[in-house]
Amino acid sequence: MLIRKAPDLRYSDVTPREVFMNRRRFMGAAAGIAGAGAALLGSESAEAATTKLANVVKSPLSTKDEKASSIEAVTTYNNYYEFGTGKDEPAHYAQEFKTNPWTLMVDGEVTNKKLFSYDDLFKIAPLEERLYRHRCVEAWSVVVPWIGFPLNALLKQVEPTSKAKYVAFETFYNTKQMPQGRLAGIPLPYKEGLRLDEAMHPLTILSVGLYGETLPPQNGAPIRLVVPWKYGFKGAKSLVRISLTSSQPPSTWNISAPQEYGFYSNVNPAVDHPRWSQATERRLGDLFRRKTLPFNGYGDQVASLYSGMDLKKYY
Amino acid sequence: MNKILTSKWTKVVVFLLCLIPFGNLLWGAYQAFAGSNPNALGPNPIEFITHKTGDWILRFLLITLSVTPLRTLLKQPLLTRFRRMFGLYAFFYATVHFCVWFILDKMFNFSDMWQDVLKRRFITVGMLGLAVMIPLAITSTAGWVRRLKYKRWQRLHRLVYVAAIAGVIHYYWLVKSDVRLPLAYGAVLAVLLGFRIVHARMTTPAAKRPLAKVQA
Repeated sequence: MLIRKAPDLRYSDVTPREVFMNRRRFMGAAAGIAGAGAALLGSESAEAATTKLANVVKSPLSTKDEKASSIEAVTTYNNYYEFGTGKDEPAHYAQEFKTNPWTLMVDGEVTNKKLFSYDDLFKIAPLEERLYRHRCVEAWSVVVPWIGFPLNALLKQVEPTSKAKYVAFETFYNTKQMPQGRLAGIPLPYKEGLRLDEAMHPLTILSVGLYGETLPPQNGAPIRLVVPWKYGFKGAKSLVRISLTSSQPPSTWNISAPQEYGFYSNVNPAVDHPRWSQATERRLGDLFRRKTLPFNGYGDQVASLYSGMDLKKYY
Repeated sequence: MNKILTSKWTKVVVFLLCLIPFGNLLWGAYQAFAGSNPNALGPNPIEFITHKTGDWILRFLLITLSVTPLRTLLKQPLLTRFRRMFGLYAFFYATVHFCVWFILDKMFNFSDMWQDVLKRRFITVGMLGLAVMIPLAITSTAGWVRRLKYKRWQRLHRLVYVAAIAGVIHYYWLVKSDVRLPLAYGAVLAVLLGFRIVHARMTTPAAKRPLAKVQA
């Protein structure tokens, strides 16, 4: 029997790229008028912001029974404190962020440390699309069609030594490009960390794109971490350094408010944030809240990483 | 100037101006949920409405509290004509703020709501602010001023200080790390309350001051 394959609809078919770009050009122009003549600069860098990614295969590890959130929600409602603490600020202030040239250093407890350039980032491993739920510690969520590759593919290339027990992530920070960062109220550059087994888990990816294109700057271009069973803030953006370490690395929100944000920060409806409940969440686009799932619904794959651990203590 | 301040049309205009933020939210909600622009209130409309109404509660409380200092500094006693309206608008936006939270966040669940009120200090203090505004709204009419006698009515209505302080703390405890806006509201409130303390000391006859008595 011949079953006809449904035509492949691209995300950009929903909002034509030209329309999206025109809107940006318009915003850039508007900002330019306000900012006395920066219009040309603004719109040109905005146009260079994302490009289509080729040879992306759909991953079998994508989350079943979920539909991607609207591209507006994912790209205009962001927490990226280097570009402002308002949800709408990163989409506005990050447009001129320079992501090319870029360098990503991978070092520490490895036998084969490596430096990656911008172009290298897209060739570390075959690119795949992974549809993941993304649950913010602030109790909202989205579903994102990330494009990237498993972090373990990169780690295998640098060959961790027997001393390597953790992976530390450091993000780009420069107040010239990120003047809003001075007012973030958290120590920057932003730092995150994972246990080595968490980092090696097949669901943990480094993302270089979403909705078929390279990452917009407000989503962490050119390369960011995505750990779908943890709160969103664990997914450090715009990575410049990944270091394998023998002891638990510091993480920014944990330094800033240790009683509110633990090192593990697994999505857990049973452990409330001291100031709000984590039992439910609002999916962007929905009117009412829904129940939050343990490990954000990825418990079958990842719960074994924490067997025997008291997750109320190691929140 | 007096003519403008006493005209009933000025009151109508001010009333309508105060309604603009609510009108904007209604229009945005219509567009977002029934109209052509699902993004009219941003990707998280409920949060948008909650934050906007929250902002307007604090703004109207501060506007209400600035009437007395302005009346004194500008020597315009007629400004008092607008104080009740500003206060009632603060209460109106507080009611919308509460309803959005109770209906869309708590989904009419009373036990869930009480749990939050008791457990989360930013909600506790926010509820306190709303609770003290209820008797103020009820007794805001001329009839109630007469019934309570002006002195007692005035003492009761000093609860508005509690409401404003509670509102600022509610906001301060809510934000994650960027405390600029709550601190800005707090600074304006401090100036407005500070004015009252200084003014009271300056206008109380020397003989009535405890320190003056000792000196005498």
